[in-house]
Amino acid sequence: MSFRRKRGAGGSEETGEALNGFRGVRGGGATATFVPSQAEIIRSLVSQIAELVGGEPGPGEPGPGEPGLAEPGLTDDAFTGRAPGAPRPGAPGPGAGTPDNPGQPPDPLDDLARLLGQAGPATPPDDPVLARLLPDAYQDDSDAAGDFRRFTEQELRNGKAAAARTVLATLPEDGGRIRLTEEEAQVWLRALNDVRLALGVRLSITEDFEARVQDLDPADPRSAYMWVYDWLTFLQETLVHALS
Amino acid sequence: MSVAPAEVERPETFEEVVPDTPWVTIVWNDPVNLMSYVTYVFQQVFGYSKRKAEKLMLDVHRKGRAVVSSGTRESMERDVEVLHGYGLWATVSHDK
Repeated sequence: MSFRRKRGAGGSEETGEALNGFRGVRGGGATATFVPSQAEIIRSLVSQIAELVGGEPGPGEPGPGEPGLAEPGLTDDAFTGRAPGAPRPGAPGPGAGTPDNPGQPPDPLDDLARLLGQAGPATPPDDPVLARLLPDAYQDDSDAAGDFRRFTEQELRNGKAAAARTVLATLPEDGGRIRLTEEEAQVWLRALNDVRLALGVRLSITEDFEARVQDLDPADPRSAYMWVYDWLTFLQETLVHALS
Repeated sequence: MSVAPAEVERPETFEEVVPDTPWVTIVWNDPVNLMSYVTYVFQQVFGYSKRKAEKLMLDVHRKGRAVVSSGTRESMERDVEVLHGYGLWATVSHDK
């Protein structure tokens, strides 16, 4: 596990409040201020999580595939390895149905099949990020792990995609001060954690992260993401404290 | 309308054999999850006191794993499902 001191992320005064992270508000919930580039980074990363887990699209879904990140070095898709804006294979367009039936409304029988547990896979995802987000529930019993996965994985994917959508719905593209209800703040915690888990796999994060991030050559392409990871860690830490 | 069946002689009451808490939920250490967050999740999910949640979190951190709940297999699977939703690395195990 990791620990993050609740100090600011450093930087110039112009970002002011945006470096303070979250704080609690009277009556529950949390508030924070984001500059546009910070909002863009969070929105892009949670969109990538939503895309990766591929949950069911929600109503009025802003959808993954947000514009690319402005920060140099952050223009690649962090988790999927595709350039931002590149077409997603099998991606449902606006108003489209299921990936298998573009343009068709979702088949109620598919939902039934899912309910009955026929649609889910029994094996862990090949992608290490997905495998971390959707881990096996049994360590030494692959049959039990497979059964569990068949019946629960889709629901887990849906929950993670829904959390990402909550972040997109509550964080304007140009940032600013946001105020989250307690419920929204709890969803934000999970969404930020999913992003950190995903980055953690891609960046091979270890428990001596703080030492590594100091030693990293700024020219190292992972360097930018390391700092993003560190900032998200700070943000999550302040949000936990705001809710505790 | 159906006719009530003739009284059937009830078999001797037999007690259901429930093994003594044979299933457990284990949470494993990982380098990403924050100590504060893990404590918070244990409080939220299990309703544990902050003190108990912190003790379990430290067990996970120091020993690499900790049993966080025990009971029937079904309830352990529910716990694991919820913990996966929070991004914790949790498994069900048969406590022999």
